[in-house]
Amino acid sequence: MGSTAHHRAEGVGRRDLIKRSAALGLVATPGMGLLSACASSGGDGQEKAEQGKKTAKNPLGVNDTAGLEFVLFDGGFGKEYAEDAVKIYEHDFPKAKVKFAATQKIQSTLQPRFNQGTPPDLIDNSGAEQMDMGVLVGKNQLTDLTALLDAPSYDDPKKKVRDTLRPGIVEMGQFDGDPVWILYYAYTVYGVWYSQKALDSLDAAYPETWDDMLALCAKAKKKGIAGWTYAGKYPYYIPFSLYPMIGKVGGREVLDAIDNLEPNAWKHPAVKACFEAYYELYKKGYILQGTPGLDHIQSQTAWAKGKALFLPNGSWVENESANVIPSDFGLAVSAPSGLDSSDKLPFGTIWASGGEPFIVPAKAKNAEGGMEQLRIMLSEASSKNFTAKVKSLTAFNGGTSGITLTPGLKSGVAALEKAGSNVVNPRLQDWYVQLQKEKIGVSGLGEMMAGRLTPAEAIKKIQAFADEAAKDSSIKHYKHQ
Amino acid sequence: MRHGKYRFIVGFLALPLGLYALFVVWPFIQSIYYSFTDWTGLSPDFRMVGFDNYERMLDDGIFWKSLRHSLLFALVLPVVTLALALFFAFMINVGGRRRRGGPAISGVRGSAFYKIVYFFPQVLSIAIVSLLFAFAYNPDSGAVNSLLRGIGLDGVQPLWLGDPNLALWCVMAVLVWSTVGFFVVLFSAGMASIPAELYEAALLDGANRATTFFRVTLPLLWGTVQSGWVYMGILALGAESFAVVQIMTTGPGGPDYSTTVMVLYVYQKAFRDGQAAYATTIGVALLIVTLAFAAIVMRLGRRERLEF
Repeated sequence: MGSTAHHRAEGVGRRDLIKRSAALGLVATPGMGLLSACASSGGDGQEKAEQGKKTAKNPLGVNDTAGLEFVLFDGGFGKEYAEDAVKIYEHDFPKAKVKFAATQKIQSTLQPRFNQGTPPDLIDNSGAEQMDMGVLVGKNQLTDLTALLDAPSYDDPKKKVRDTLRPGIVEMGQFDGDPVWILYYAYTVYGVWYSQKALDSLDAAYPETWDDMLALCAKAKKKGIAGWTYAGKYPYYIPFSLYPMIGKVGGREVLDAIDNLEPNAWKHPAVKACFEAYYELYKKGYILQGTPGLDHIQSQTAWAKGKALFLPNGSWVENESANVIPSDFGLAVSAPSGLDSSDKLPFGTIWASGGEPFIVPAKAKNAEGGMEQLRIMLSEASSKNFTAKVKSLTAFNGGTSGITLTPGLKSGVAALEKAGSNVVNPRLQDWYVQLQKEKIGVSGLGEMMAGRLTPAEAIKKIQAFADEAAKDSSIKHYKHQ
Repeated sequence: MRHGKYRFIVGFLALPLGLYALFVVWPFIQSIYYSFTDWTGLSPDFRMVGFDNYERMLDDGIFWKSLRHSLLFALVLPVVTLALALFFAFMINVGGRRRRGGPAISGVRGSAFYKIVYFFPQVLSIAIVSLLFAFAYNPDSGAVNSLLRGIGLDGVQPLWLGDPNLALWCVMAVLVWSTVGFFVVLFSAGMASIPAELYEAALLDGANRATTFFRVTLPLLWGTVQSGWVYMGILALGAESFAVVQIMTTGPGGPDYSTTVMVLYVYQKAFRDGQAAYATTIGVALLIVTLAFAAIVMRLGRRERLEF
């Protein structure tokens, strides 16, 4: 190769080499575009399975030889209940091959498949990796489940599936207009959770008005027990008891206006009164010391240890905190306390709604099969199986007789009975996730309950967030029907 | 011969350049392309929307907050971490008292032990570290507040991660704790290669520890410090800061957005809100910030390389 000087004259110097290869790299990159396919371009979807014959036993017309693919969220409810339901499907359609998978990574496994147009036939779109429902609906990625709802139920051919469901389930699956995109399988009762034993030791019953609530908290404070605690790091747990209280004080219209992002919805006197009532808990020192720094598990543990009386939460708390709740705890749930007798709705008004959203993708190969699998799961036997195994109610109205209910579940059923038709169902948390969790929850309610905002400031801030969301053209807007 | 040489060079470069183009450059170009669309990330169809995403980004208060926090991370973390690491490394390798009969230059007593201890956090994954500290910061029963109570400071019970004024610093402290050990070891290796005669000469001239550090150690270690700076900055802007904020903080993102950082915002927009196109737009902003950071550090750090 010769000396350096010589080299420069006839060959490629080190600098030149680097410069040239960099230039080459720049030229080569756009060229790659022609070679490799776009990440999101994907195929045109998969071929649909041919429809089978509709019979009394097969009202949806499932092709009995078509395969079925079912992806379940493997969370707090486990996967056994779904496996049991798959067995029934396999029994009913012996020629069909069912591919069942349970995962916690719903989004990471399924998002690419939606992008390629090859999604599975039935999905439990739940958990931390839930895919945004609003976007899926807005982009026409889901199958309308009306056919399933109008089909005869699994147990009684004279009754439609629609008529066997608990209140609010069908409505929750709708986004705008009649089509039903989602079927929520679990049924969650939200409210104020407490220990009957702790209340007994204070000679108290659950307080129905806010004055009684404050009096009870004062009594507990004297004994060194805090009145309330909540998931301070995820303050969007507070609405589980606050929203139904707003509904009870001001009527359903107030909650509907909030969901519809109407101007000044948050400035309603009922909202203000309820915010002030909750702020009172902070001001009088009835909130467990350090609560704003606790996550949900830590706050539930402190509450289960008896450090605080009340906890806003959902019915999953019984399963989630099973290992820290003492056996003589006497777990119970109550509808939130109201302000006084001038409230619009009676005491007992409670928030209950569906959980575990099941969807059938629009581009599924065997959509009928997916719906048939859901129809099986909504039978009384499958519903009972679920309730017995995971201590939660299902969308199927009933299915609690003949099995032993755990204390929390029993109290949840009783609370639902007491509520009757006074069940409210605020939709912010499934319509506008970011608004509900981050903005209203963390930046509004969380700050107020930590004492860093007054109720008036919190309302002003939240109203501004809601107005911003109403104007934001990048999110899809929904209205109560 | 000349022809053969080109073939030789191309043969060696084709594969690495190809891989680099495919897995680094191409995704960059793709994301820049997507930032001009309205792609949701949940369906294959999208259309071009021009600069809409960029206009929206400039109006987005949360974006500015996350940018501010990311810049703070990129400024404060390297300074604190590298300063601490330099100090520890100096004490371990050079800062010891002269012992009779020993070498002229040595570390403080027990320095071999310290070196190992400082490196401990490095063997834990950042996820585990974050989780441990999330427990330690628990205001009700966490280690930090228990310690404060233990020494009689019952009145001082901060909310740590629950307090918007403290949360960001709490998160930074965790990152410093978990990364300082790596740089102690890195700088120790650098210091070991500095000839002992230089130190001896400095000592003979009557230099104290501080002078030795600033006049001998630091200049000779400059190259290492500089690459450490870039590495630490990228870590503060990228995956590491995402992990601690996502795992530890309220929300996540902190009370009143007090800990949100750009990477977290990208993640939330793409994988929670179904706005992949907007997320790539923020990603492009992050790319610019990272490039600017590297350029500034390289520029400021340019010095004559000392040969020894």
